[in-house]
Amino acid sequence: MRLNIGDWFASMINWMLANFGGFFDAVSWLVNLLVGEVANVLIGLHPFLVIAVLAAAAAALTRSLGLTVFSVLAFLLIVSMGLWPEAMSTLAVVLVSVVFSLAIGIPMGIWAALNNTVSKIVRPVLDLMQAMPVFVYLIPAVFFFGVGMVPGIAATIVFAIPPAVRLTELGIRKLDLELLEAATAFGAKRSLILKDVQLPLAFPSIMAGVNQVIMLALSMVVVAGLVGAGGLGGVVVQGVAQLDTARGFEGGVAVVILAVYLDRVTSGAQSLGDVLRRRRTRKEQRAAAASDPAAAVS
Amino acid sequence: MNTVELGTQATDRAVNANDADVPFIRVRNLTKVFLARKSKRMRLFPGRQAAKGFTAVNDVSFEVQRGQIFVIMGLSGSGKSTIIRMVNRLIDASDGAISVGGKDVCSLGPTELRAYRNQTINMVFQHFGLFPHKSLIDNVAFGLKVRGVDKGIREAKAAEALRLVGLGDRIHAMPDQLSGGMKQRVGLARALATDAEILLMDEPFSALDPLIRKEMQELLIKLQRNFKKTIIFVTHDLNEAMYLGDRIMVMKQGKDIQNGTALDLLEAPADPYIEEFVAEVDRSRVLTAGLIARHRHVGQPDGPVRPSDGAERVSEGTVLHELLPVFAAGAERIGVVDQQGESIGIVTAEDVFAALSPKGFSNAS
Ligand SMILES: Nc1ncnc2c1ncn2[C@@H]1O[C@H](COP(=O)(O)OP(=O)(O)OP(=O)(O)O)[C@@H](O)[C@H]1O
Ligand SMILES: [Mg+2]
Repeated sequence: MRLNIGDWFASMINWMLANFGGFFDAVSWLVNLLVGEVANVLIGLHPFLVIAVLAAAAAALTRSLGLTVFSVLAFLLIVSMGLWPEAMSTLAVVLVSVVFSLAIGIPMGIWAALNNTVSKIVRPVLDLMQAMPVFVYLIPAVFFFGVGMVPGIAATIVFAIPPAVRLTELGIRKLDLELLEAATAFGAKRSLILKDVQLPLAFPSIMAGVNQVIMLALSMVVVAGLVGAGGLGGVVVQGVAQLDTARGFEGGVAVVILAVYLDRVTSGAQSLGDVLRRRRTRKEQRAAAASDPAAAVS
Repeated sequence: MNTVELGTQATDRAVNANDADVPFIRVRNLTKVFLARKSKRMRLFPGRQAAKGFTAVNDVSFEVQRGQIFVIMGLSGSGKSTIIRMVNRLIDASDGAISVGGKDVCSLGPTELRAYRNQTINMVFQHFGLFPHKSLIDNVAFGLKVRGVDKGIREAKAAEALRLVGLGDRIHAMPDQLSGGMKQRVGLARALATDAEILLMDEPFSALDPLIRKEMQELLIKLQRNFKKTIIFVTHDLNEAMYLGDRIMVMKQGKDIQNGTALDLLEAPADPYIEEFVAEVDRSRVLTAGLIARHRHVGQPDGPVRPSDGAERVSEGTVLHELLPVFAAGAERIGVVDQQGESIGIVTAEDVFAALSPKGFSNAS
């Protein structure tokens, strides 16, 4: 006997399309609008201005001179390869999909951390989402949203959510039991414990999740190029289709530059909370010492 | 006279009675059975292990008076932490009753429970339990923040509490900049800042090295003199138990095998296990002048001895070790006074020698 799981899945997709077509159209419209706006802004501004902002962000978040210099030179290289508009449209797609993935993934992670049942249900679903070859998402996504950028983004979001959920859950769950007991023993509500203790301490782990989400989203860019998402993915896909090695390579280099930049900047941001806190503490200490020199000496 | 006044009087009397002789914390037949986690195997073969659990605390009863330090002592795994956690409901009891100030703790609803934890009972942890992302002052102010106290007021209170434990100049430091002893000072300050009457201390000094440990014990005694908290203190060190405890309960495998003063344990260990412990104790450093004087006083029920009876006078917390030089200098008797300076009685050199020798008390009186 042959079980027609594939057929069932296909008919479920058809059913959803028939019944929720309006919904998918609305999502499609919204995502198009968002990405379009972001891309317009990024492409509309002068490249040098955007590069300056990106370099400043790198400097502020990582405090690394090397990375700042690298990002200026690397983005200038993209401009000189004539791929700037494509790179910016890819960046827009990545930003929008990352925002959606995080908006879904982080709350899911928090929920899974606080509730064992949710965690047990979510885990195999995440496994499935991650282990499924990404092309499989593209097929129904194209059905739902038509050819273009939106199915690429939809597939990217599905693919990129798991690390956000997992690392958020892990960050909250690995909290020292004694700290949880301490907060509880002082009569704190669960919401306060979450906001005041669990989330701040999970911040590095959540940021590691953000970093992975961004990298996965970027890795989907080329794949999304297959369904007409445009941007650097489109360049690479074109290069492959026309056996144009030079064009394909240039597109690849631009993707790598974006990847390195986003990776370094977001992993630098993991320790940002610590850095800021320490700076604030030092400032307060200095203020205390200034106002009360006797106490500072003793 | 109207009924309202009568009512008021009755309440007054109740409060007074509470203060005087009704125990503040009363624990009855407390039992905790940890159910082993249900695994698939157990569900497939329900007959074998299913109903069995691990009895960590087995039918324990005790009472703590207001202002007392009540020590729970026992080896690792004897259920001390489990008891202390049932008192503030971090763990729910399987059976038995706990009442604090006449209120049944086990039946508190979620909101009342939070209020009880925040206002009545605070906890100090073995590994300090400090929030690593908060400065000392924010750590100490946490309980007040939970209570919804204004930032200005709670920071003033927190700074004051930190000053009391000797960290007044480090209020903006982060916990990881401190040594272990200092961290536990913060733990103490955090519990003091909320004005809760009861302090639960689960092996608070066990993670510290001996010198710092001694220092912290002295700090606790000093603070206790001013604050008169009601403290349940867990330790596995009998020296510490005897130095700090007004009463000591000894636990073994979930049961309370003896409950008494340091003297009771020294004089009449209820169990070979306790005898073994007692043999290790340095009596001269745990027995206090107050204990001996009170003991004498029980032996001679003819009223308190007047201060003029003793040439030298010491406070009741003085350990016998410190009396020895006084006797060596020729004193025959030493007067003992309590913290208010009221006379408790006297001790003689003979009393001290008797107390220091094993089984000595019964012979002396
Ligand atoms: N959540 C739990 N589930 C199952 N068993 C537990 C649990 N918590 C404690 N126990 C068991 O109960 C017993 C008593 O534990 P408890 O922590 O109260 O001991 P303790 O006297 O505080 O020891 P220690 O000095 O090591 O802190 C131990 O044998 C422990 O393994
Ligand atoms: Mg313990």
